[in-house]
Amino acid sequence: MDYFVLVIAAIFVNNIVLAQYLGNCPFIGTSKESGVALGMGLAVVFVATLAAVITWCVQEYLLAPNDLDYLQTIAFILVIAALVQFVEMFLKKAIPPLYKSLGIFLPLITTNCAVLGIAIICQREEFGLLQTFLFSMASGVGFMLALVLLAGIRERLDLARVPMAMRGTPLGLVMAGLMSLAFFAFKGMAS
Amino acid sequence: MITASVLILLGIGFTSAVILAVASKLLYVYEDPRIAQVENVLAGANCGGCGYPGCAGAAQGVVEGKAGATVCVVGGDAVAEKVAAIMGLEFSSMEKQIAFVDCTGGIRAEEVYRYAGVKDCRAQHMLYNGSKMCPEGCLGFGTCITACQFGAIEMGPNGYPVVDPNLCTACGGCEQVCPRGVITVWGMTARITHLNLETDCLAPCRQRCPGQINIPRYIEQVSRGDYAGALETIRERIPMPLSIGRVCPHPCEGVCRRGRVDEPVGINMIKRFAADWEMNSGTRLPISCAPDTGRKVAVVGGGPAGLSCAFFLRRLGHSPTIFESMPKLGGQLRYGIPEYRLPKAVLDWEIQGILDLGIDVRFEQFFGKDFTLDTLREEGFEAVFLGIGAWMNMNLRIENEDAEGVSTGTEFLTKVGLGVESGTGKKVVVVGGGNTAIDAARTSVRLGADVTLMYRRTRDEMPANMEEIIGAEEEGVKYLFLAAPTRIVKDGDGRVTHIEYIKMELGEPDQSGRRRPIPIEGSETLIEADTVYTAIGQKPELSCLYEDGVCQLEETRWRTLAADPDTLQTAMPHVFTGGDMHTGPALVITALGEGRKAARSIHQYLNGEPPHVDARTQRDMIPYTMFTDVPNVGYRERSEMPHLIECDERACTFGEIEGALSEAQAKRETCRCLRCGLTCYNRDMVDGQECADGDCVKNQ
Ligand code: SF4
Ligand code: SF4
Repeated sequence: MDYFVLVIAAIFVNNIVLAQYLGNCPFIGTSKESGVALGMGLAVVFVATLAAVITWCVQEYLLAPNDLDYLQTIAFILVIAALVQFVEMFLKKAIPPLYKSLGIFLPLITTNCAVLGIAIICQREEFGLLQTFLFSMASGVGFMLALVLLAGIRERLDLARVPMAMRGTPLGLVMAGLMSLAFFAFKGMAS
Repeated sequence: MITASVLILLGIGFTSAVILAVASKLLYVYEDPRIAQVENVLAGANCGGCGYPGCAGAAQGVVEGKAGATVCVVGGDAVAEKVAAIMGLEFSSMEKQIAFVDCTGGIRAEEVYRYAGVKDCRAQHMLYNGSKMCPEGCLGFGTCITACQFGAIEMGPNGYPVVDPNLCTACGGCEQVCPRGVITVWGMTARITHLNLETDCLAPCRQRCPGQINIPRYIEQVSRGDYAGALETIRERIPMPLSIGRVCPHPCEGVCRRGRVDEPVGINMIKRFAADWEMNSGTRLPISCAPDTGRKVAVVGGGPAGLSCAFFLRRLGHSPTIFESMPKLGGQLRYGIPEYRLPKAVLDWEIQGILDLGIDVRFEQFFGKDFTLDTLREEGFEAVFLGIGAWMNMNLRIENEDAEGVSTGTEFLTKVGLGVESGTGKKVVVVGGGNTAIDAARTSVRLGADVTLMYRRTRDEMPANMEEIIGAEEEGVKYLFLAAPTRIVKDGDGRVTHIEYIKMELGEPDQSGRRRPIPIEGSETLIEADTVYTAIGQKPELSCLYEDGVCQLEETRWRTLAADPDTLQTAMPHVFTGGDMHTGPALVITALGEGRKAARSIHQYLNGEPPHVDARTQRDMIPYTMFTDVPNVGYRERSEMPHLIECDERACTFGEIEGALSEAQAKRETCRCLRCGLTCYNRDMVDGQECADGDCVKNQ
């Protein structure tokens, strides 16, 4: 049951973009078309899960025993960057179609604060390995959900008559704000 | 502490580096260096017009062989040349492509916008499936204009988009956003191979024309004085405007919307005017052809269908060779249609123009005797078009049909066409009611005979053109209606002296809708004749397809060659057919149209695709376009075709009878065209107002 609550909370209540405000740049940047949004979302789910698990190990077996917790951020960034590079190479070799469909999104994730954020939250909440795995995957799904929803809205908005100055990113931000308000309705349902 | 931090960080960094270094060796994927080279020479616009996600994708496509050197739609020939150089390919210039707006509508169409809140064609289309009356026409919100990154489209004065050919890069942005398919990006090949679709903007005349000529477009071009443009439009569909302008019974005029107001537009007269303009100018307009593909195609039969097929194959870049059994090309146009309707000099000029494109001809070659499908294959012909026409005559099946002096109308016309002695006597009886019968009768009159035309129904049921029937009567041909021959009477030398016929009366209508003639018992009568020509129908001579008594291809029960009605492919995949051999005796324009259809299928076949047509191909008249109410159009008189020779002289000369319209007359006639679309047409400004000629501007 706890695990279930953890997953639901990560997707809806503590949604990584709409409640934690992490990963806003890829959120606005890749939410213009639903196809693209789905691709980016899947890539984040994959990388965030892998990164959280590996960083959990780094923290647990390397930083914590040596009392080097203050190195967390820099060490995690290093690990995530290397991991993304590795995943990229691996996919290119092993699953070229997936690699091609992820295209530009994979390298984009290196600089994605949502992935780092998820890894750090797992530490802060002092999750075990299984919890880390579930939480990071659910957070990735939450990111994907928000992204696909916003893309759908923005596709419709493209057809609407919008004042020139508000077209594109400004309207995207407004919509993101409204969506985040909507997600606030879940607040307090789980922590 | 500091030492530990540094060591840990260095450790993580070093481990990552080692892992990545090992991985880069193990997971190494070879990437062709040419991808980067190609990407460097592409235009770099990342417009996606090529269908790849950006220039990098396009470069990869080129290197993988999925795209050609001409992949970049923005870069033009210069970029294509560089790409070809990197790839070690030979570069031949690209066919010029531009966006083409196929909608004549706009404010002229019934404009009923039920809702115009969302000013976007796609939204309109999604919400209301388009609210304009016309289910296919331009919605006029100009989404294409915003989509064009190159500023090549703007809204024209009539409320539909106009493309600037100089700015258009054929990127296809506009085509993608138009929900109605009003804009298409295409070049010559696509235009030639396009068959009418139900979703095209098809005026009734254009739907009915068996050649699918874009009639409103060439009429509009003539009205602007762009005669060369008009001919180009016509030649995208048929290669012989001079001949068709003279002999076509213009079925298009029968459905012309103007006919609901006063009289149909003289569509064929306008075509003839444009064609004559070129011939009279003495110079030939250039006809563009795609770069040579070197693929050889055999075209059997040099009649209208064969000529048309060869013409379009050549324009598509292939190398056709025509095999003709007669000493000259033209088929029924030369040997079936008399000089006074289509002068041989005109026909020769026209055929020469077609051959000048680079088409080989082998004369006096008989299919089945001098060559067969097998020998053609051995000679390296990759596809064959069979268009040998329908030259075999139906028999009357009466006594003494073999008497001397009895022959068929086509034989007689062929002899006259060849210039050999025809043996026509003084008293000629022609049996039949079609155009061949009339041609035989009028030709006999010119040879000095007294001619009677015998037909078993009445004048109203005659299949020949009304103009021809009247013309023959004016020249002295006598008609004997409701009479069917029963016996030929011959003298001791075996020569015909009389023909016995039985009188008929009309009974109930038969399947064809015409009333069936029934013989009146005991009404047999004799009529004197020293020459009898029969013209009661023809069929193709298919014996050439038989080898050792077995037909290599399939026949229909009407003794024509069976083929797919859309692609004209026969039972043998590399053999195609068209014209009278496929349809049975039909119009010249039908044969020309089939020639193009077959050329299109052969082109697909040579490109390795199975011949196919779009599911939306137009086959019948589109019902909702055939409305009879044409309000707000004033009366305007139709131009008369001038006669070159007056009645009394006509009977003794083979000179051409009909003349051409003068430039002023032709222009006036173009003003009568309503420039119809599917449901729209040009109205007059005020109800019932007769437009002055200057108003022609409304047609632009
Ligand atoms: S959008 Fe259309 S008109 Fe503009 S350049 Fe592309 S094909 Fe030509
Ligand atoms: S008015 Fe012009 S466009 Fe309309 S049917 Fe007649 S010829 Fe065709």
